[in-house]
Amino acid sequence: MTPMTATARPDRRAGAGASGGGAPGVRRVTGHGAWFLVLPALIPILLLSVGPLLYGIALAFTDAQSGRTEPTEWIGLLNFQDLAQDTLFWESFRIGLLWAVAVSVPQFVLALGLALLLNQNLRFRWLARALAIVPWAMPEVVVGIMWRLVYHPEAGILGETLGTQRDWLGSLGTALPAVVVVGIWARLPQVTVVLLAGLSNVPRELHEAAAMDGAGAWRRFRTVTWPAIRPVALAIGALSFIWNINSFALVYVLTGGGPGGRTRLPMLFAYEEAFRYGQFGYAAAMGCVLVAVVSVLLAVQLVGRLRGDDR
Amino acid sequence: MTTASRPPRGLLVRRRAARTGQYLALLGYLVFLGFPLLWLVSTAFTSPRELAGLHPGWIPDHPTLDNFRQAFDEQPLLRAGANSLLAALAAAVIAVVIATPMAYVMARHHRSPLSRAATGWVVVSQAFPFVLVIIPLFLVLKNLRLIDSLGGLILVYVVWSLPFALWMLAGYVRAVPPELEEAAAVDGAGRLRALVSVTMPLLAPGIVATALFAFINAWNEFFFALVLLKSPEKQTMPVILTHFIGAEGVADLGPLAAASLLATLPSLVLFAVIQRRITSGTLAGAVKH
Repeated sequence: MTPMTATARPDRRAGAGASGGGAPGVRRVTGHGAWFLVLPALIPILLLSVGPLLYGIALAFTDAQSGRTEPTEWIGLLNFQDLAQDTLFWESFRIGLLWAVAVSVPQFVLALGLALLLNQNLRFRWLARALAIVPWAMPEVVVGIMWRLVYHPEAGILGETLGTQRDWLGSLGTALPAVVVVGIWARLPQVTVVLLAGLSNVPRELHEAAAMDGAGAWRRFRTVTWPAIRPVALAIGALSFIWNINSFALVYVLTGGGPGGRTRLPMLFAYEEAFRYGQFGYAAAMGCVLVAVVSVLLAVQLVGRLRGDDR
Repeated sequence: MTTASRPPRGLLVRRRAARTGQYLALLGYLVFLGFPLLWLVSTAFTSPRELAGLHPGWIPDHPTLDNFRQAFDEQPLLRAGANSLLAALAAAVIAVVIATPMAYVMARHHRSPLSRAATGWVVVSQAFPFVLVIIPLFLVLKNLRLIDSLGGLILVYVVWSLPFALWMLAGYVRAVPPELEEAAAVDGAGRLRALVSVTMPLLAPGIVATALFAFINAWNEFFFALVLLKSPEKQTMPVILTHFIGAEGVADLGPLAAASLLATLPSLVLFAVIQRRITSGTLAGAVKH
């Protein structure tokens, strides 16, 4: 269970081989055959991924409902107008954003700290590495169940340790923070592993030179480490934000959206709307709004970063 | 003279303090990452009576396997496990079989418009919320009469695992130098022969790793299974696990923990096997782009 020392090494070799774009011979011979190689995967992708995506966007402009006998009709922007008035949805949306930020930011900081530690020559590093991988392999449902056991008001270890019988997941004030902690725990490994791989790109000589010049740990991090891992860090930061805002299973198992909607993430809201109340069109409109807002947020962040680079 | 070759005393002290701080931080991480896992294991082996006692502890006084037996009595775990196994196995095999040729094209012709579009799709598919896909998918599968069937679920799992399968496999293909294939082709083996007898054996470990990763993801998957399967006898392991949950009394916690532990084992074992390859495979993208 000591995987990460070897990460990225084989692929770096791979990158060198691929940079030529394939020798002319390969291109010539596979030119026609390429379609036969591609089609088996391309057809399912088009039919069951790209197609449904477009269909889903179209549904947002219809009054589609489950189990209705009359034909579905185009209703233009009506769903979106309704959505604009739907305070429950916006509350859920606000919780979703809050959740995504409250999980992604600490998660990133913790993962960076762990990656820096694992990059050092410490004893028990193997144990931390092994443990850090486990959440990644676990089914999300099990992660949720496990933390329900930890938080359990009567038989949970948290209340036992702190000496209270608080209902962490069931009370208005603690439900969201309690769920956020689980969110951080669950995806810590992925972020850590990617950052650790980024750290293998940090030039060691530069580090040593900076240390010789008397730069402290923080200065060395800011001037040597961070510039080297910045692209990877930004990529995984954005990705984890997207993962978190789209997350479903964890919170579904932990609280089911309760108490009183305090943890009802947008995905849970849309799921209920679609599969409990059968409002397919309306739920699709929610999905569209979610995608639009996340895209805008990421674009703004990206543009901001790029500007920062120019300066 | 020794002072010249040795770092000054202050620096040594500071370095030692830094080391101590690092170990303390590592300990903090170990506790945070490890304690829920320990508690899950502990609960699984604790009898309901002991758990209901005033002070549940880390190590049960009388470790018991009753929870496991009771878990099998309460919920159809065997059938759920078989369903999960079938869905995950079929999805993994199909995904790898159809993804490998396309990944080959993506890797060898990475500048062609098709490869670029495919790469773009791989990235975009990471960002789209499942709600937007699941509703139309539900309607499509309903028309095909594939709702509430493992066949439909397998189809969805195949498509859903294609992005990372293509991503990983393309990375492994790039690791095989094209010159090898050409040499074989020049030696008189046909193009296809060269692919099958030279490239495929070199790709095999990567293909196995990708398949296992697809298997783990399908085994763990919850949302699609929740939406697409209705009959209890068709449901997969994660969905059945949620049936334990409710206003659970303390008596049900042990079996719940035991079943969760069993559901995790396959993923954990396989993940340990392929870990090194997964991290390097997913990283190929993250590091390079």
